[in-house]
Amino acid sequence: MRSDRSSTPLSLKIAAGAGLLFLHVPILLIFLYAFTTEEKSYQFPPPGLTLQWFAVTWNRPDVWEALLLSIKVASIATAIALVLGTLCAAAVSQTRFFGREVISLLVILPIALPGIITGIALRSAFSMADIPFSVWTIVLGHATFCVVVVYNNAVARFRRVSGSLIEASMDLGADGFQTFRHVILPNIGTALLAGGMLAFALSFDEVIVTTFTGGQQSTLPIWMLEELIRPRQRPVTNVVAMVVVLVTFLPILAAYYLTREGDQIAGAGK
Amino acid sequence: MSAVTHQSILPERSGLARRLSDFLWRHPHVLLLILLGPPVLWLGIIYLGSLLALLLQSFFSIDDFSGLINYEFTLATYKQLLIPANFDIILRTVVMAALVTLASAIIAFPIAYYAARYAKGKWKAIFYLGVMLPLWSSYLVKIYAWKLILAKEGIVTWALTKLHLLWLLDAWLALPVVGGNSLSISYTGTFIVFIYVWMPFMILPIQASLERVPGNLIEASADLGGNPAQTFKYVLFPLALPGIVAGSIFTFSLTLGDYIIPQVIGSSRLFIGQAVYAQQGTAGNIPLAAAFSVVPIVIMGLYLWMAKRMGAFDAL
Repeated sequence: MRSDRSSTPLSLKIAAGAGLLFLHVPILLIFLYAFTTEEKSYQFPPPGLTLQWFAVTWNRPDVWEALLLSIKVASIATAIALVLGTLCAAAVSQTRFFGREVISLLVILPIALPGIITGIALRSAFSMADIPFSVWTIVLGHATFCVVVVYNNAVARFRRVSGSLIEASMDLGADGFQTFRHVILPNIGTALLAGGMLAFALSFDEVIVTTFTGGQQSTLPIWMLEELIRPRQRPVTNVVAMVVVLVTFLPILAAYYLTREGDQIAGAGK
Repeated sequence: MSAVTHQSILPERSGLARRLSDFLWRHPHVLLLILLGPPVLWLGIIYLGSLLALLLQSFFSIDDFSGLINYEFTLATYKQLLIPANFDIILRTVVMAALVTLASAIIAFPIAYYAARYAKGKWKAIFYLGVMLPLWSSYLVKIYAWKLILAKEGIVTWALTKLHLLWLLDAWLALPVVGGNSLSISYTGTFIVFIYVWMPFMILPIQASLERVPGNLIEASADLGGNPAQTFKYVLFPLALPGIVAGSIFTFSLTLGDYIIPQVIGSSRLFIGQAVYAQQGTAGNIPLAAAFSVVPIVIMGLYLWMAKRMGAFDAL
């Protein structure tokens, strides 16, 4: 009987609710602080509320430069990750070969090991190979750990695409490319879109690997990190923090709605 | 006989794309090579190559006088890890990672259990997004939020003043190890922020393992006279353990390698990540930095091996 399932123990309700509150209150505070009139400290409650910092932030060229660089890096890294992740997922799920486990491990490794190790390994390799640090070294690093998100989403979806669909397409006279275009792609499309969005969010937010692989360029997270360590313009940082929260929420929500029909957990294992 | 077989095979198709497609169909190994080639080359050369190059450097040493790297095989750099100052860093980091993992499991369990067993329909989606949004929110913004919260003039002090409990905070901060001048420069602060940032990674694996526990097992335990505590201890917890271990892989590994949280919110005592950063940056001692970064790799290797034996990977 399942009738008694509806009676949730009160203590469990409180513990679960408190846990969720703990996760969300700090983010809500970011929204409040973006409007504070206080410039010099993190005073709570804010002495007054104002919109002026939005205008100030809007006119800051360094913020715009960092934002545009972040978007550029995240877009290129996502594009590379989409290609590599899909190829890898197709190989692992559509064929059987010796060493499949090793491939999965190889894809997951850049995210499973602490970011600082990925970062320092890439940095010392770049300097050994005399590759100057630039936007492209940042992209190289980001693409490496973005592959896994695309791969996870694509593998989960490939598992649900029945092999008989592909065989039917072949039987009806389609060649491999037509099958890919008209049968496989429509089936895995939303999973790829979701994976791509998560990869974008991951790259957009990445700071640890970027500190090692970047040169003079500063992405938005690098800009934030500078402000965290040596606060110069607290109100501008407050506004940037709020904008970053909003910008990252959109791809997450979109990815959720794109993969919700499936059973797989789109973002598991960031 | 042969005529019949010939009829059943379609004539060769024309066009480059079709011929290529047919060729790949007949030679699946070539297709596999084309599919696997780019990702394996990318990850193998760029990632594994760099990683091995780094590990190799840990077997070199640095000349104390000239500051140059001495390219001869030696274990001297590893020996340096054992001097008290460096060993303290390792110990501190591992203890912190273990405490963060434990606390995360305790906070995450009720959320996961509620979401797995009681949340239905709309609430299930709300719980899922309620975990996913903080999990995917910007790492730095989350740290920044805690800088605001834990600051001396921030919301914690304000709330405790209103509740006339400020003496409690002061008493806590006066404690030797966990205390400090303010929460934002104490181990307590570092601990809270670590939990906040990494705990969401614990919820989903626990939830996944709890969802596989049939509800009638819990009822059977109650029918047989088990009180809720006994049911938890003998039924729920053992069945959820693979999920907890899977989640702990994330919390443990992420805490082990982090260097930004203790730098922004914490005392001046270093963690492994900060030591690696300092050694490769200002100190220019790449071999020692490399040796330091081997520590989390080895610890995680052991951890993953144990987790695999406990069946944690089935819960992922």
